[in-house]
Amino acid sequence: MSARTRELFALIPVAILLVAGFTAVFVVRSDEIGDLSLIYGGYFLALCLAAHILLRIRLPNADPYLFPLCALLAAVGLVVLYRIDDALAGKQATVFLLGLVLFALTIIFLRDYHVLERYRYLIALGSIGLLMAPLLPGIGGQATNGAYLSLDFGPLSFQPAELAKIGVVIFLASYLAERRELLSVAARRIAGVTIPPLKHFGPLLVVWGAAMVMLVFIRDLGSSLMFFGAFLAVLYVATARISYVLAGAALFVFGAAFFSSTVPHVQDRVDIWLDPFAANAPEGAGQLQQSLFAQADGGLFGTGLGESLLRLPGPFFPESCTDGFPFCGSILPEPHTDFIYAVIVAELGLFGGCALILIYALIAARGFKTAVMAPDGFSKLLAAGLTAVFALQAFVIIGGVTKVIPLTGVTLPFVSYGGSSVVANLILIALLLLVSDRARRPQPTGSPGSPVVS
Amino acid sequence: MNVPIVRIFAVVLLGFGSLVYFTSKWAVFDADALEEKPENRRPVIEEQQIPRGDIRTVDGVLVAESLPQGRGPNAVFVRRYPEGPLFGHPVGYSFVEVNRTEIELSENDLLVGEENEFETIIDQLRDVPQEGADITLTIDSEAQRIATDGLESAVAANSGAFPGVGGAVVAIEPDTGAVRAMASAPGYDPNTVQNEDEFSRLQTAQGAPLVNRPTQSVYPPGSTMKVVTAAAGLDSGEITPDTVINADSPKEISGVPLQNAGGESFGDITATFALTNSVNTYWAQVGERLGTDTMVEYMKRFGFYADPELDYPGNQMAPSGAINSAGELVEDGFDVGRVAIGQGGEEGQALASALQMAQVAGTVANGGVLMEPTFLQEAKDPDGRTIEELDPEEQNRVISEESAATLTEMMTNVTREGTASDLSVDGVEFAGKTGTAEIDVQEGINQPWFIAFAPAQDPQIAVAATVERCNGCFGADVAGPIATAVMESLLE
Repeated sequence: MSARTRELFALIPVAILLVAGFTAVFVVRSDEIGDLSLIYGGYFLALCLAAHILLRIRLPNADPYLFPLCALLAAVGLVVLYRIDDALAGKQATVFLLGLVLFALTIIFLRDYHVLERYRYLIALGSIGLLMAPLLPGIGGQATNGAYLSLDFGPLSFQPAELAKIGVVIFLASYLAERRELLSVAARRIAGVTIPPLKHFGPLLVVWGAAMVMLVFIRDLGSSLMFFGAFLAVLYVATARISYVLAGAALFVFGAAFFSSTVPHVQDRVDIWLDPFAANAPEGAGQLQQSLFAQADGGLFGTGLGESLLRLPGPFFPESCTDGFPFCGSILPEPHTDFIYAVIVAELGLFGGCALILIYALIAARGFKTAVMAPDGFSKLLAAGLTAVFALQAFVIIGGVTKVIPLTGVTLPFVSYGGSSVVANLILIALLLLVSDRARRPQPTGSPGSPVVS
Repeated sequence: MNVPIVRIFAVVLLGFGSLVYFTSKWAVFDADALEEKPENRRPVIEEQQIPRGDIRTVDGVLVAESLPQGRGPNAVFVRRYPEGPLFGHPVGYSFVEVNRTEIELSENDLLVGEENEFETIIDQLRDVPQEGADITLTIDSEAQRIATDGLESAVAANSGAFPGVGGAVVAIEPDTGAVRAMASAPGYDPNTVQNEDEFSRLQTAQGAPLVNRPTQSVYPPGSTMKVVTAAAGLDSGEITPDTVINADSPKEISGVPLQNAGGESFGDITATFALTNSVNTYWAQVGERLGTDTMVEYMKRFGFYADPELDYPGNQMAPSGAINSAGELVEDGFDVGRVAIGQGGEEGQALASALQMAQVAGTVANGGVLMEPTFLQEAKDPDGRTIEELDPEEQNRVISEESAATLTEMMTNVTREGTASDLSVDGVEFAGKTGTAEIDVQEGINQPWFIAFAPAQDPQIAVAATVERCNGCFGADVAGPIATAVMESLLE
C-alpha cells in the first residue's frame, strides 16, 4: 500500500469522529442550534480530502500519518467548538480553508526548502519584528490577560508569535547546521566544562537574550518557554552536548526567576500557579480554579458532549455580558481558546484528555522520525525543531490548564479557536511534510546510504 | 545527530506523561475535594437546573414546589412554599443563597434525583434530564395546623411576660413511627429567607424562629419523666402498681429535702395513686431504689443519650438525657431521685426534647416497642414509580408487653381521675401524663408539659406538647388542650 493510500485510510477515523461528534452535540443541543450548522463538518471533510489530493500529487512519499493526525486534532477542535457555540465552528471551518490555502502554497512553492537557508537572517529579523509588533502603538493590540500577544487590524486579530516560532526555528536550524562542527569541537575546556569559542556562541546568547526580552516586554512566560525550549532542542540535536542544554536551561530558569519577581504580571501568574486557592491569590486565580473544577466534573469518562456546565444559566448569567457567550457569561473563562482542554476533560473525561495528549505524542513521534530519516543536517534540525516547538506549545497550554506550569496564553494547536494558530501550524506541518517527502523519497538504485525505513 | 533526537522525544513523552498525571489528579483523584471547595459554584448552579421534587403532606397538601425562572435550557428552578409558615418547621427551606435545612436537607438526594451510577448512564442514553423525586410526608396538614394554632395561641398568651417564648408539639403514630405533626413556635415563613437580609434578621431574631424546637431544644420534662421512671420500675420488677411507699412531704432525696406540690403529705400510697396524682416524693424514691445505672439503662432504651433516629439533619437534633451545667450528657454522679421526676442539679439535670417525650408515650402505646421515627411516607420518581415507601422499623424493645399494658392502665387513670381529668379526646378513653417543670419557684414560673396517647386500648396517636414559660400554670391547662386537639384531629 502506498503512503498516500495509507493516508487516505487514516482519514476515515477523522470522518467518523467528526460525524459522530457533530451528531452527538446536535442531539443534545438541538433546541439551541440549527441543523444548517451540521454542514460545517462536511465542509471540513471536503477540505481534508482536497489537501490529501494535493499531497498525492506533490509529496507522494511524505509521512502518511502526519496530516491525518492533525486532521484528527482539528476534528476534535471543531466538535468541541460546535458544542460551545455553533457559529464558532463555522468560523473555524472557514479558517481551515485559509490555512489549507497557505499549506498548499507552501508545498507548491517551497519544493526545495533549502532556499530558506539563504534568507535566514531576514527570517530571523522578520520573526523578531513580528514578536515585537504587538507592543507598537496603533496596530498593537490590547494586553490580553496582561500579556501582549495579538495584533488588531479592525475586526481581525492576529497572533504574530504563532508565525514567529516557525521563523525562529528555521533560523536556528540553518545557523546551527552550518556552525555545529565549530560548536561541538571543543576549543577550550575549563574545569571539565567545554566552552565553545565566543564568536560562534555569541548569536546563541542573543537568542537567550531575546527570550528574556520577550518575558519582560511581551510578558508571557509560556511563549518564551516555547521559544527557548525549541532553541535548546535544536542546539542539542546540533551539538549532542548535554552541557550546553543544561547551561541554557539554567540560564533560562535563572532569568525567568529573576524577571518573574520583577515583572508584576509574570509574578502573579507564578503565584497563582503555586497556590490558586490562596486567600490572597492575585486576580485571575479564578480562571485556574474554574479550569480545575471543570476537570473535576469530568471524572473518568466525562459528562458527555454538551452535558457539562459552561454557559451560566438564568440569573447567574452576568447582565454586563454584552459580547455574548462564550466571550463572557461562561463559568469557565475562554472555553474556546485557552481553556478548551478543560472543556474536553469535563465532557470527555480523563480518557478524552489522554486521547488528545496521545494524538500530540503521535504527531511528535512522526515529526522526530522525519528528523531521524532526514538526509542532511539542516533538514534534521528543521524537522526536530519544528516538532519540538509544536509539542512544546501543546505542553505549555495543557500544562498551564492542568497546573503543571504557570498558565500562559498560547493556543492548543489545531484545537483552540483562532485563525493565526491554525494557519501557522498548518504551515509548520507543510514544512515537516516537505522534509519528510525528501527523506523518504526512494533513492536511485545502488546509491549507498539510502535509508530504508517505512 | 539521531541519538539526541530520540532523547528529545523521550523528554517530550515525559512531559506529556506529566500532563496525563495531572489531568488524572484533577479529573479523578482530587475530584471530590475540588467539588467541595467553597469557591466551586458548579454543584450549586447545576442543582438549580434540576427541578427539585414537590413535597406534599400525606393528605395531599402541596408544601414545597420548584418553579422555573427563565425559559428554555437556561432555566433555573426556585423553591416556593405555598403554605408559608405552617411548614417552615419541620420542612425547612432550600435556596441557593442560604443553602438548605431540615427535611429539604435530609431528603435532598431524593428531591434532586440522585440515583446510582448505572441508572444515571441509562438516563443519559435515554436523554432524560435529571429530575427530582416527589415526596409525600407522613405529616397531616390538618393536625399540623391545629398543633401550630394551639401552640401559637399558648405562646401569644405568655409572650407578654416572657418575650421570645416558644413551644413544641410532636405527634407520632406509635406502631409506625410516622410523625403526623411537628410544630415549633415561634415560626417563620420559608419563602422569605431567600432574601439574605431577612435571613440574617431571622438568625438573630428574638425567640430564635429558625430553631426547630421539637428536635433541637431540650427542656426539663418535669413530671412527664415519671412515665420513664414508672416504666423502668415496672419492667425491672422494682415496683408493681400496688407497691406501697410512704410519700410524705418533704422527703430527703440525696440528702436534700424534696417537696410534693403544695407541700402535701400523702402517707402510704400505691404506684397507681402516685402516678395519677403525680406525687414527687414517691417517684423520687423509686428513682433512688432503681439507682443511676438502671435509670440510665432505661432512658437509653427509650432513645435518650443519642440523637433520635429520625431522617433529619444531625445538627438539627439534640439528644435528651441527664445533662450537667456544662451541657454534657452524664451517665452517673447525678441526683437520680430528682432526675426520675424530671428535675436535677448542676451535676445532672433531666432534659428532653418534645420529640423524645412523644417517643416515650409512643413506646408505651406500642406495647413497649420503640419505632424509628420518620417523616417519609413515600417518594415517587418523575415516571410515577414508587422508589421509597414508609417501612416501619423497630428501633428497640424498651419494656415488656405486660409492663406496657400495666403502665397504659396507670396512665389512663391519670386522665380518668388524676391531674388530667379535665381533658378529653372526643369521649375516647386515653392515657396521659402531665408535667409542670418548675423554672423559677419564687416567681412561680413553670414549663407545662403533656404527653399522651389515644385511644388507650388501641392507640393510634401519641403526642407531646410543651410551652417554654408560663406563670403559675400547670401542664394540664396549658399543654394539655393542645395535645388533645391534635389527637382529636388525627382520630377522626
